[in-house]
Amino acid sequence: MTGMSDAVRPYAEGYKDFESALACGAPPWLTALRREALARFTSGGFPGEREEDWKYTSTRSLQQRAFIPALAASSAAAVAIEPARLRETPACTLVFVDGRHAPALSTAESTINGLHVNTLAAALTHDAARLESYLVPEPGWSADPFIALNTAFLRDGVVIEVDAGIRLAQPLQLLFVSTRQAHPLACHPRILVRLGAGAHGVLVETYLGLEGAANLTNSHTQIALEDGACLEHLRLQRESPEGFHVGRVHVTQQHASRYLSNNLDLGGLWVRNDLHARLQAAEATAVFNGLYVVNAHRHVDNHTRIDHLAPHTRSDELYRGIVGGGRAVFNGKVVVAKHAIKTDASQSNDNLLLSRQAEIDTKPELEIYADDVKCSHGATIGQLDEQALFYLRSRGLDPETARGLLIGAFAVTVLDRISVPELRVFARRQLSHALASQVVIELS
Amino acid sequence: MLSIKNLHARVAGKDILKGLDLEVQAGETHAIMGPNGSGKSTLAHILAGREGYEITHGSVTYLGMELLTMAPEERAREGMFLAFQYPVEIPGVNNVYLLKAAYNAIRKHRGEEQLDAVDFLALVKAKMQLMEMDASLLSRAVNEGFSGGEKKRNEILQMLVLEPKLALLDETDSGLDIDALKVVASGINRLRSPERAVVMVTHYQRLLDYIEPDFVHVLAGGRILKSGDKSLAVELERRGYDWVLAEAAA
Repeated sequence: MTGMSDAVRPYAEGYKDFESALACGAPPWLTALRREALARFTSGGFPGEREEDWKYTSTRSLQQRAFIPALAASSAAAVAIEPARLRETPACTLVFVDGRHAPALSTAESTINGLHVNTLAAALTHDAARLESYLVPEPGWSADPFIALNTAFLRDGVVIEVDAGIRLAQPLQLLFVSTRQAHPLACHPRILVRLGAGAHGVLVETYLGLEGAANLTNSHTQIALEDGACLEHLRLQRESPEGFHVGRVHVTQQHASRYLSNNLDLGGLWVRNDLHARLQAAEATAVFNGLYVVNAHRHVDNHTRIDHLAPHTRSDELYRGIVGGGRAVFNGKVVVAKHAIKTDASQSNDNLLLSRQAEIDTKPELEIYADDVKCSHGATIGQLDEQALFYLRSRGLDPETARGLLIGAFAVTVLDRISVPELRVFARRQLSHALASQVVIELS
Repeated sequence: MLSIKNLHARVAGKDILKGLDLEVQAGETHAIMGPNGSGKSTLAHILAGREGYEITHGSVTYLGMELLTMAPEERAREGMFLAFQYPVEIPGVNNVYLLKAAYNAIRKHRGEEQLDAVDFLALVKAKMQLMEMDASLLSRAVNEGFSGGEKKRNEILQMLVLEPKLALLDETDSGLDIDALKVVASGINRLRSPERAVVMVTHYQRLLDYIEPDFVHVLAGGRILKSGDKSLAVELERRGYDWVLAEAAA
């Protein structure tokens, strides 16, 4: 292991503990997969700012923390995670504490016909061979050190399968809780989602950092939608103000499938999300809705990418940011392949800059290799409308209320694009909690 | 109620008001008329507390308070209301939500109990009928996508709900057809009472056919050049403003 950088060494050492702690022997392919991923990570190291995708996000603060793998199971009080639960009746809720499944906090197994939900740990124990094809690196996706790291420490997570033609009305909730630890942990949940032809589902993926939690969550979600499948996905990131979060979501879409992503970043000290959909067959549609609320010295980076790989595919993206401090980064790439004619893609990123101390870096990117396409993109950075503020105050509202109302209105435009009503209500509640608990507003 | 003495104001280094005096008592309705660019809207904005104006001289007292030191929301809570010439569109903020927040902010200031949602809605719906407004406008965002006439009606609806002591109407008649003008005027007339005062800023005499003023003032060059009763408005309509300017220069 010569030539290894100091930053990756704790992970290499942690891996030895991790492998020996795994109770029963893993199938040889899985051990090989983990070791190969670890080698890829340790030789490549953390991405540097010279890499185009990391130009505005330094991994230095992440490298300075020597996160250790979560070996023992942690616990969390049920009451502490209550605010992040869907109040309405979800089909099932799986709770993970510091990366490990917590059955006591989870609901019983789903008995819904055609829906199969398992923890990844259980699936690896009972049905490992079937998972192999999902877990090996897929061609077409970028080589990514954080996915390599996630793969090296692959242990728990969720496997969700919905049979063809099954339409689920109730959402599934996955709740990943991060707790305070004497020595901060690195957790690497993996989520596999497959919807069969014509299946419909609603997935809520929540990351909740409890007070004082300063862990790294490095999650990877892989979604495959067969012909005509439809998934609405709400990904809510509410890590603690000291928490580190890396989120990778990869979506593969077949003919006439529809993926609706709602990505809410309301917490975290250092956050980097990469959301990537590949529209592989005609008539596939991807809708990306995103909202980030950034304040103090926090750093939140959202990279998105949509590949239009087939004709008559559509994408519609709206990301909005409320930045009262710290730094927000948005990079949205839309790639239209040569034969993907009649592609219809629109993208916009709007930001409210509420402090002179805050920074926003936004970069829309369009790469179009096909003729006869309809693509648009735009990015804005602005302040609260002074005329609207005066109007509200002239009606008797104090400046704080008026500002809050305008900030909320700016954000709600994104949440109104959530199609499942109960998810919309849930997201609104989470947002108002975040806006109320954070000093987003700074008088200039 | 309102006493403006020798008010001088400038915006972006340019003098707009140059020694304006005006006295308004409870129960009175005043019309301030004048050519374009005379400072009419500036006066309305300064009274409502808009930023960006530099007061270089003079004073304004309202109900015995130093108005110019009060924040816009304090003025509103003390019963002042400005109906905007160009009501602002606020996407994402619900019309009835704003009405209720404003109503309760003012009641709270007066130490009165807040009205619950059901009672408030009943109150608003009754006022909307007076303004001949479609109830669907309540659930829309504030002024967003409203027609010019709907925006003006919405201003007067807010005024009827908030029941101000002093209503300032900035070119409320502009952009209204005759039917809408009658509705808006009847809304304003409904508010008139011995305890309240109305100050209308208007370019045309048209509005005054429906809202009879007690006093008419000509504002030009940043000062009140001439005051009179409603017959002055009729004369202005007939003769224009030039003769007033000439008279003042003489």
